Amino acid sequence: MNFEKFLFYVFAIILVLSATMVITRRNPVQSALFLVLAFFNSAGLWLLMEAEFLAIILVLVYVGAVMVLFLFVVLMLDINIAEMRAGFIRHLPVGLLVAAVMVVQMVLVVGSGSFGLEQFPAPIPQPADYSNTAELGSLLYTTYMYPFEIAAAILLVAIIAAIGLTLRRRPDSKYQNPSRQVSVRRADRVRIVKMAAEKKMGSK
Amino acid sequence: MDFLFSLWDTINQDYPVKLIGDLIKIVVIVGPLMFLVAYFTYAERKIIGYMQIRIGPNRVGPRGWLQPIADAVKLMFKEIIIPSGANKTLFIIAPMISITTALAAWAVFPFDDHLVLADVNAGLLYILAIASTGVYGVLIAGWASNSKYALLGAMRTAAQVVSYEIAMGFALVTVIVAAGSLNLGDIVRAQEGGFWHWYWLPLLPMFVIYFIAGVAETNRAPFDVAEGESEIVAGFHVDYSGMAFATFFLAEYANMIMISALAALMFLGGWLSPFQGTMFEAAFAWVPGLVWFFAKACIFAFFYLWLRATFPRYRYDQIMRLGWKVFIPITIVWILVVGAAVVFKLPPWWAA
Repeated sequence: MNFEKFLFYVFAIILVLSATMVITRRNPVQSALFLVLAFFNSAGLWLLMEAEFLAIILVLVYVGAVMVLFLFVVLMLDINIAEMRAGFIRHLPVGLLVAAVMVVQMVLVVGSGSFGLEQFPAPIPQPADYSNTAELGSLLYTTYMYPFEIAAAILLVAIIAAIGLTLRRRPDSKYQNPSRQVSVRRADRVRIVKMAAEKKMGSK
Repeated sequence: MDFLFSLWDTINQDYPVKLIGDLIKIVVIVGPLMFLVAYFTYAERKIIGYMQIRIGPNRVGPRGWLQPIADAVKLMFKEIIIPSGANKTLFIIAPMISITTALAAWAVFPFDDHLVLADVNAGLLYILAIASTGVYGVLIAGWASNSKYALLGAMRTAAQVVSYEIAMGFALVTVIVAAGSLNLGDIVRAQEGGFWHWYWLPLLPMFVIYFIAGVAETNRAPFDVAEGESEIVAGFHVDYSGMAFATFFLAEYANMIMISALAALMFLGGWLSPFQGTMFEAAFAWVPGLVWFFAKACIFAFFYLWLRATFPRYRYDQIMRLGWKVFIPITIVWILVVGAAVVFKLPPWWAA
């Protein structure tokens, strides 16, 4: 067993274990943290496949941004764990049925013929000056130009839709307008009045 | 100096030797870094002291030079208290995550031409990715402490870091477009040619935004609502004591040095001499690149302290407004500007 194979097994075992922990942990915060660990290990696997750009982007986008926002929400949840477990036995048959249907479908579609060493021969190691980033960029902007642009447009639409759904006009809430705040002059707020000094009471 | 550099290069041998060599290199990087962190705290207290017309630490050793050592010894011998309601495992893991990410980013950092531990071709992305995971230390610390103030501090940090990461990432995109490479060494080499060729000039708005976003990323004043002494005591590390607290402290200062060093690398030409292309070039040729680099990084480190002594803390909604409504639109526009400048080969930066 060479060193790369050893690394693969280390990453793969931790990945599978942490993925299992994500769905078995009761505490949602721990589940989310195990998901982060799973992302890190799949990034490690991608690095072994010489896809360093994708590996780093996985960490940057999913670990650095998506999971932080996820945790942000999960941290504030006050979940009653007993309540969540209450319907477990009652819903178990339905869950098992759905799982069985999904397994059958997946076997029918991908099947055992799609796996094995014949289908996945060992990739030829790339030379030292090979740049995964440049390759990916030239593919995305030439061969897959239209799918790439369409995906970008769909994402933009999704962003606008999400903002449109959550944006509420609330006439009762008070806003500050910073540009008006900074343009305020002294004359708008205070009036300086000149007046003669008053005589002290009791003096002549 | 050259002798040391050649020694650094000779360690690139075969597998078992390389492993030991790499370990030695890591010690060579982390050791001085920890020393710098210790004396950065001293510099902070002295500089802010003088800015506020007082002397600062002056009791331990001559002019207080031994103060950081005394602080470290004190923190090491203090008891680490774990609150009874805390999640013990996560409470202990949190500072470890902070310090690990703060130190791991230095792996791809070029201190001089070829003086780098791992010369990977996606170096800048790696630093961005590792730095973005640093927020987990803060988030986990805040949650595991099982305390309201700590949780509030963690929430504020998460929102702030995610917001400013976008502006920072876009600012770095302009650098990548300008240099045409993700490798930090290549980014510096693309700025070759003297003071006016460095990227601070064509990327001036990005330079400013990068540094401000960097200050926000490291949760330093005026963006330190995560700690916010006046309202939430100390924020996410309110329940930490002794070395566990010190670890957060080390990570924060290591991150500040990281942001300063990155700014020097990407906008001020890293190890390149400022006199390149002028009549003084030969006169200053003996100065090693490491010295220039260190001097440039120090400028930004000083800026951190200057900002802290000068500005009051931002209000939370103002932080969000600045990040989302001011910085992100400017960065998007400037990406287009730089893209056009590169395509039309604007001299002197993209003349070739």
